[in-house]
Amino acid sequence: MELTTVWFCLIAVLWIGYFTLEGFDFGVGMLLPILAHDEVERRVLINTIGPVWDGNEVWLLVAGGATFAAFPEWYATLFSGFYLPLLLILLALIVRGVAFEYRAKGHGVAWRGRWDIAIIVGSWVPAVLWGVAFADIVHGVPIAADGEYVGGFFNLLHPYALLGGLTTALLFLTHGAVFVSLKTDGPIRHEARALAARLGILAAGVTVAFLLWTQLDSGDLASGLLFVGAAVALVAGLVAVGAAREGWAFCGTFVAIALGVAGLFVALFPDVMPTTLADGASLTTTNAAATAYTLKIMTVVAAVFTPLVLLYQSWSYWVFRRRITVEHIPADHAPATAR
Amino acid sequence: MDPLDIARWQFGIVTVYHFLFVPITIGLSAIVAGYETAWVRTGHEHWLRLTKFFGKLFLINFAIGVVTGIVQEFQFGMNWSDYSRFVGDIFGAPLAIEGLLAFFLESTFLGLWIFGWDRLPARVHAACIWIVHVGTLLSAYFILAANSWMQHPVGYRFNPDTGRAELHDFAAVLLNKVQLATFPHVVLSAYLTGAGFVVGVAFWSMRRTRDEEDDRRMYLRAVRTGAAVALVAALGVVVSGDVQGKIMTDVQPMKMAAAEGLYDTTDHAPFSLLTIGKLDGSTATNIIEMPGLLSFLGTGHFDGEVQGINQLRAEYRRTYGTDPGAAYYSPGDYTPIVPVTYWSFRLMIGLGLLAAAGAALILLATRRGRAPTGRFWLWLAIAMPLLPVAANSFGWIFTEMGRQPWAVFGLMTTAQAVSPGVGAGTVLTSLLAFTVVYAVLAVIEVRLVLTYIRAGAEPLPEPVGPDDTDRPLAFAY
Ligand code: HDD
Ligand code: HEM
Ligand code: HEM
Repeated sequence: MELTTVWFCLIAVLWIGYFTLEGFDFGVGMLLPILAHDEVERRVLINTIGPVWDGNEVWLLVAGGATFAAFPEWYATLFSGFYLPLLLILLALIVRGVAFEYRAKGHGVAWRGRWDIAIIVGSWVPAVLWGVAFADIVHGVPIAADGEYVGGFFNLLHPYALLGGLTTALLFLTHGAVFVSLKTDGPIRHEARALAARLGILAAGVTVAFLLWTQLDSGDLASGLLFVGAAVALVAGLVAVGAAREGWAFCGTFVAIALGVAGLFVALFPDVMPTTLADGASLTTTNAAATAYTLKIMTVVAAVFTPLVLLYQSWSYWVFRRRITVEHIPADHAPATAR
Repeated sequence: MDPLDIARWQFGIVTVYHFLFVPITIGLSAIVAGYETAWVRTGHEHWLRLTKFFGKLFLINFAIGVVTGIVQEFQFGMNWSDYSRFVGDIFGAPLAIEGLLAFFLESTFLGLWIFGWDRLPARVHAACIWIVHVGTLLSAYFILAANSWMQHPVGYRFNPDTGRAELHDFAAVLLNKVQLATFPHVVLSAYLTGAGFVVGVAFWSMRRTRDEEDDRRMYLRAVRTGAAVALVAALGVVVSGDVQGKIMTDVQPMKMAAAEGLYDTTDHAPFSLLTIGKLDGSTATNIIEMPGLLSFLGTGHFDGEVQGINQLRAEYRRTYGTDPGAAYYSPGDYTPIVPVTYWSFRLMIGLGLLAAAGAALILLATRRGRAPTGRFWLWLAIAMPLLPVAANSFGWIFTEMGRQPWAVFGLMTTAQAVSPGVGAGTVLTSLLAFTVVYAVLAVIEVRLVLTYIRAGAEPLPEPVGPDDTDRPLAFAY
């Protein structure tokens, strides 16, 4: 395989890692006002993702860095072109990240309430916008012959892209609800499972519509197979939800997201950012790529360190494998003066 | 306004802001790890209480370091897309490797450390914070390698077909001589910063707990360990800074000339501590001047020759053609803004050395368990965390502004680096959005830090019974 193809695959893997992992912690944040009825329950939800959300987010940072290194033109065009959506995502991730850490560091309804809003909004915004952005990438955007994006902000918001946003939002909600049912016990666990079942049906419908549209718009045989796989995994996950097999249900939503994202990348290949302009130029894995030398170095580094990362991230999930219930939440120790 | 100017302000603001928190993260993670190790080794509860006390302050700081870092990762593409196209082949690799090696390590093991108090054996738990610290060092290494390449491009070839700089020797990039001096300088100043924070906070807390002998003794330990770290680090900062000065004179002589406002080539060049008048070469008058010191900083000899701005400008014009950045740097083409480089260089050194002097004073004054209480000491306690933070910012402002008008020295100017397709309104939107959010976060973070300092180190919790799955978590958000 060409190194450029290898790197296209690796970047797909990084985004798959990001969406499958941060997907559920976005979901938990989005569900905060729905699944939790009081302060202790909110703390239960936040503690299910407390130790892991930052590690999940690093998948995004590495995807960004790897795109910069392996496909500089892609990095440059994508992030200068999708400027405003990216700005919104960044602002959301900023307030969300601070909120997880600071919420527990102060007392009072007002203090906690404000950080709750930061978590909720900070989870919804990227959950929707990443879907919009990926739909735009796969569908193509106006890129001029010099590689610059020439559409405005609203060019990014056509119906197909909005459907993409709805799809990721619903998938992450379902994924998050399943995760909560897997990681908690007591009433909240059962409520999460019931919610996952209801959301899941909606998510399945919308996902199938979006994947079908993608397939007709830019798919080929391989992407079609992956999309079918994603749909099957999602349905299997929902069946497992119904049977109260939470572990299997989580595998189902996890695999569904993974295969869906993989399908999007396959549909994209060999372009990385197709243009919609007749006289424009598409960015491809070859014309956007770094030199073979850089790719070779990066390949060695990735081959050595990615397994290591997977190993210790898995270990951390293992360390925190226990279910959390309201009984586990210790009394509040935050100094009373913080406001 | 020109998008370039706004983009530059934005880069300066978000990066300086990120770097307010970064040195505290690097320095404090090491000190907290040291305290926890001391606890594991000696079993003395003071060390555990200090670990938890400074650990919390560390986390409050770390949170902002992380979220502002996310912006850093993407802003090259957003505001500097032509730069990203030009250098991606070289610059992207360290950035990606930083994420894979360092950020995963930091975030995963920090999660384990925060939530793992009752999940991991004490030794493993202490190892987690050490690993976090190693992560911060790796992160610093790779990002500084990227920055050093911009100061002094090595290991690349210019490809005329693509118009891009292409990597051809990665080892040269990682072992850039600028990098080998910059990394120790930055990491040691981070230790100075973390230690200054510990000294200031512990010294202040010690004053407040005069009557509680046990607490007072605990804070005294922190004061003295912190001050010792600060002094050693400051020594290293001075030595590495001296090495950097010589390398800089070699690779970017204009920066050294601008650091002194030296307009004409001189041997036995003086270093002025204070200057009045205009620094544009017309009416500057040095009030306090140390003969030969600039020559020594730049060359290692008191009578070494230091090139002046005028001669260098003529030389740069011959080498690189007429001035590329004249629109932004007139009339001093190829010349950075001299008052900025002049004062930032002095403030970096001066404020850093003041912090070192403060640490030395405190170390002397707290001998044999004494705890001085006058007003002077109160102000000193407040200054100790702030001085090194400010010195760091001025160091970067000097390094980066002194490189102008170049983004990549000798290869690409800042004006060529900016995103061509992003309009002024868009950049302004993001500049305002980041500035407002960052300002609000700064207020919240400072108040939180002060609240936690006032609350002081908590007493140890009651020992808990054997691990059973129903007892509350030792730590939860
Ligand atoms: C000398 C050290 C240094 C310098 C010059 C920079 N950083 Fe930084 N950065 C760190 C040292 C660091 C750190 C110590 O590793 C941080 C600080 C707080 C933290 O959580 O990790 C960090 C955090 C941090 C994060 C978040 C990591 C996470 O989620 O865990 C990102 C994405 C970046 N940085 C990226 C950058 C970029 C693109 C920079 C250049 C413009 C930059 N940093 C300058
Ligand atoms: C974290 C510490 C850093 C600080 C505080 C800092 C600060 C600054 C400042 C003050 C400027 C000058 C702005 C101007 O002249 O208009 C600048 C420019 C620049 N720096 Fe840094 N910098 C840091 C690290 C880095 C690193 C690590 C990189 C690259 C990896 C980098 C890349 C750049 C670029 C591309 C510019 C040119 C854009 C501009 O002029 O604004 N900087 N930086
Ligand atoms: C006698 C003392 C010092 C000397 C001689 C010195 C020298 C230097 C020089 C020459 C540079 C510019 C390097 C370049 O652009 O290539 C620099 C940068 C810098 N200095 Fe210092 N410095 C001193 C003290 C300090 C102190 C006390 C701090 C902070 C606590 C500090 C923090 C920095 C930082 C953050 C930078 C920017 C990053 C870099 O390029 O290394 N310095 N210093």
